[in-house]
Amino acid sequence: MSGTLRRAAAALLRWGPGAGGVGLRGAGVRAAGAGTGAGGGGQAEQLDALVKKDKVVVFLKGTPEQPQCGFSNAVVQILRLHGVRDYAAYNVLDDPELRQGIKDYSNWPTIPQVYLNGEFVGGCDILLQMHQNGDLVEELKKLGIRSALLDEKKDEDSK
Amino acid sequence: MWSTQLGRRLVSMATRICLSRGSSGSQGVGPVEAAIRAKLEQALSPEVLELRNESGGHAVPPGSETHFRVAVVSSRFEGMSLLQRHRLIHEVLSEELAAPVHALAIQAQTPAQWRENPQLATSPPCLGGSKKTRETPSA
Repeated sequence: MSGTLRRAAAALLRWGPGAGGVGLRGAGVRAAGAGTGAGGGGQAEQLDALVKKDKVVVFLKGTPEQPQCGFSNAVVQILRLHGVRDYAAYNVLDDPELRQGIKDYSNWPTIPQVYLNGEFVGGCDILLQMHQNGDLVEELKKLGIRSALLDEKKDEDSK
Repeated sequence: MWSTQLGRRLVSMATRICLSRGSSGSQGVGPVEAAIRAKLEQALSPEVLELRNESGGHAVPPGSETHFRVAVVSSRFEGMSLLQRHRLIHEVLSEELAAPVHALAIQAQTPAQWRENPQLATSPPCLGGSKKTRETPSA
């Protein structure tokens, strides 16, 4: 339990305003904004690079520190539960081109969007189901990320 | 948001009653909701179809049809991954998702999955969206 608190505290420090620390990229700064008006091809390439740059990439309304949508918040909370700290989060509310571009890229009409290992996994509903049925733990393991829930379970088992 | 909780529950109850009676054009069902229901019924021949307009719980004007939650139980989903099921629903509702619907929560199960756990998922509370403040929307 204390381990989880320690991790949560560390995460909060990372996600503090202007933290710019290791792991979390925020506020759509690395959005495809640079590709303004570049048309489908250019932007798709940029987004492709973006989702492949990190193992876990999410597109949210708001930031992990301050989600501005209940569904985006659900994604943040699930990742937090699993102790995933180092992930890239892009705020589509800061960038209308990103907001539309990522929907075109994934052919998925809504935000949030979750990418694991460069591959689109789904939105909040799918991530929640993956969390509930254990698939998320497995997918994270494939990425070399050990879910915090495994540690908690271990703690429980040993009591 | 909590002040409209009772209102939402009443609307939800009314919607469920309408669902069980199979009536269309009932009070409170907008054109978008009716279209979504019709298209899903035609495309998926669902055993269970629960559709709820959740726009009232979000920072949009009253009467909006922008946020929906749908639960579909259909044998068409057999052998399909979650992603495939959701994409299929998106395809069926592509027109509505182009406008005005911009939030669609989906619960898509096979009949066997539903029988195992016949429970409707619920949506998390709105956190304001692109509005800067989190006040309840005014008329």
